[in-house]
Amino acid sequence: MSNQNGTISNVPAQAPGMEMQNGVPTIVSAAGVNVMSGNEKLHTISILVENRPGVLARVSHVFARRGFNLESLAVSRTEDHTVSRITIVVAGDDEAFKQIGNQLLKLIDVIKVIDHTNDNLVGRELALIKVHVDNAATRAEIQQLAELFRAKIVAVDPTTVMLEVTGKADKVDAVTTMLQQHEILELVRTGLVVLARGEKQT
Amino acid sequence: MRLVAWRRRFPLETHNSALKTHYWSIMDGAEILLESLKQEGCDTLFGISGGAILPIYDALGKQSDIWSILTRHEQGAGHMAEGYARATGRVGLCIGTSGPGATNLVTAITDAFMDSTPTVFLSGQVATPNIGKDAFQECDIFGITMPIVKHSYMIKNTQDIPRIVKEAFHIARTGRPGPVLIDIPKDIGEREFQGAFEYPDSVYLRGYQPEAPAADEQIRAAAQLIAEAKQPILYVGNGVNSVDAADELLAFAEKINCPVTTTLLGRGAFPGGHALALDMLGMHGTAYANWAMHESDLIIALGVRFDDRVTGNPKSWAPNAKVIHVDIDPAELGKIRFAQVPIWGDVKSVLKQFLEVVAPKQHSVWNEKLEKWKADMPLDYEKEGKLKPQFVLQELQKATQGEAIMTTDVGQHQMFAAQYYHPKQTRSFITSGGLGTMGYGYPAAIGAKVGCLQGHRPDADVWCITGDGSFQMNIQELATGVLYDIPVKIAVLNNSSLGMVRQWQKLFYSKRWSGIDLAKCPDFAKVAEAYSATGVTITHEDEVADAIREAQKNPGTVVLNFLTDAEADVYPMIPGGKTVHDMVVDGSGNKIPVGGWAKSHGGNGNGQMEREALETATSGEYAGEWNDDLKAGQLKI
Ligand SMILES: Cc1ncc(C[n+]2csc(CCOP(=O)(O)OP(=O)(O)O)c2C)c(N)n1
Ligand SMILES: [Mg+2]
Repeated sequence: MSNQNGTISNVPAQAPGMEMQNGVPTIVSAAGVNVMSGNEKLHTISILVENRPGVLARVSHVFARRGFNLESLAVSRTEDHTVSRITIVVAGDDEAFKQIGNQLLKLIDVIKVIDHTNDNLVGRELALIKVHVDNAATRAEIQQLAELFRAKIVAVDPTTVMLEVTGKADKVDAVTTMLQQHEILELVRTGLVVLARGEKQT
Repeated sequence: MRLVAWRRRFPLETHNSALKTHYWSIMDGAEILLESLKQEGCDTLFGISGGAILPIYDALGKQSDIWSILTRHEQGAGHMAEGYARATGRVGLCIGTSGPGATNLVTAITDAFMDSTPTVFLSGQVATPNIGKDAFQECDIFGITMPIVKHSYMIKNTQDIPRIVKEAFHIARTGRPGPVLIDIPKDIGEREFQGAFEYPDSVYLRGYQPEAPAADEQIRAAAQLIAEAKQPILYVGNGVNSVDAADELLAFAEKINCPVTTTLLGRGAFPGGHALALDMLGMHGTAYANWAMHESDLIIALGVRFDDRVTGNPKSWAPNAKVIHVDIDPAELGKIRFAQVPIWGDVKSVLKQFLEVVAPKQHSVWNEKLEKWKADMPLDYEKEGKLKPQFVLQELQKATQGEAIMTTDVGQHQMFAAQYYHPKQTRSFITSGGLGTMGYGYPAAIGAKVGCLQGHRPDADVWCITGDGSFQMNIQELATGVLYDIPVKIAVLNNSSLGMVRQWQKLFYSKRWSGIDLAKCPDFAKVAEAYSATGVTITHEDEVADAIREAQKNPGTVVLNFLTDAEADVYPMIPGGKTVHDMVVDGSGNKIPVGGWAKSHGGNGNGQMEREALETATSGEYAGEWNDDLKAGQLKI
């Protein structure tokens, strides 16, 4: 009855999504352009995880324990309801980041870790911005601004206008800067979400 | 799939009549849990009961396949499970109730995590409807332990128990082993299990690939480096013990005639006293092991993680060596030291592959040099004055011939044990390395002995080398050892102080003693008697051998209370964060050049003159110097 040292029959020889380099599992990455912020690189990674309670805590702990501050975080379901996707943007040097990737891969609930730092991606953030308006001129100005940035006006009342902006982080930044000449009442931004272009899986 | 025990296995008549209801024909969660544990081959459970795990203890009391050992503290139970696992290679199992029972397990869980010990920790939890409501003895042990477990579960459905147990044991023992926590709400254990009990044959965890065969090209690349090396060294650790690869290691080391140094947790992986054995390396390693590492041109690192207690300052450690690094945990490869050839695999299989492709070699010049170093600079200590702890260990080595399983606590006595005890076999040196947990030694010894009694090595003697500080951290387990008749021989190296801390205050804080005096309290021999064990106090060298012999003959628990010299410090020493050039071998504080005095001064082989000259020049200055280094942040202690 003792199967303390028993073999497990249907463990896949190679877990799906695991990439190898010299026979060593490694996080996946590709070549392209780097985004720099000061001396450190901004890394964008996708983490595919089991859709279970506690997983986000396990993942974020890997960063927190090593003193990393997350720039942005987005969690959502995927095309497969048993899998969630965590998209994280974090600043750090390559070596430290490699460590993080390796430690993430060790988590049982992590299925795949993809480093998009150098990937050809479509990446989007969404922001909702509520601006105070007390006259028609301001309202018109904001409307113009919205058109310029292809933002949408999603709510209007006598004293406020709400804009929805979708785009890369710098576009959302730009809209925010422009709107600062008015009175921004409230602002909320999602984390960055990304998908690779073409047939390549993210 | 196996179909087991749909009906309960106990004859109704033998049980309390009040419980005879129609439920008898149905298993509850607690019974399903125990049945699943049995399917995993569990024979022992260490722990303490309490409110939230009453259902499990109730079920435990009605069966006899699993030996339920009641400890006196959950931490003790945790270390017993660890000792059991380390001695046998099987998964150690322990249990505590919710709240304080669970938090008492935390140190042991962390210890198992740091030392990669295959263990499953069961914790009670308040009933599902009370979770998150600050119920009595509720604590979020799942959350608390997240960073210190290999994986964890909270059971939400009685139906999930078999799958979760199956996965937990699979995860605990495969790949890089480690602790898995299963948190069990009280009502899960009480609830009826719907349907027939089926234990799964397999697990499916798509995010977990514990191991794969090592890549052929990596094996070939390693073979190439090995063929080219002139001064190779095998640097071996816990990874060898944990997959029982000692035989393969011996065959491989002999085939390529390569010296072997072991880490603290690697003790026992290579037979002590072997001509190729360089003994332990690192902060308190032998001079010859550290020198060999420094001059090596190839490090074959097997199941090690280049810990800071080994490398000191990794930037200047083994500066001329290429590295072949074999480890079951890919995250360790290149983590501290770049490896020219990283190999992901278990050490046993990789060694077998090496043995196939690597041609026999001789390294006579290299080995002759090391032989000379061993002769020139053996482990040594000041013999004048009070009873020396090193002497006690030398006598223990003589009396046991390295055949006993030895556990240790943490402190000077631990380092002396690692230096002077030479285990013949793998799984014979059980110590808390990564976490350095005082209070580990005695419970680990009980666990190891239980593992032996359960059929692993029934005749093995188990010794615990402990200190007066450490022993008191789990001394209450004497009751467990005595009452269950789990005979362990305990050698207390009693220096009336927190010796290791005292040594550091001596070296780095100019002897400003602070918080290290344990006075002569308690009398450990009397404590032993109070627990109905045998206690003996030894003060002189000439009593040591007899006392050990008597203890060996004694069938029960024995506490040997050795009153040792508080000034006996651990040498050699390379202070934390420093290099081999900072090694001192005695209290004079003289730094010994690599290769010894004779070499660097071109002397006659014993370097006596140079040694004396340097002694006058530098004597006693190290304390001040290291004190400065400490303030400058260069010393990592
Ligand atoms: C639980 C715990 N607390 C504190 C320490 C720090 N520490 C390391 S060694 C040591 C002294 C150990 O004293 P003792 O057991 O008497 O051993 P000795 O060094 O005297 O041989 C202490 C306090 C530790 N390792 N573990
Ligand atoms: Mg002491």
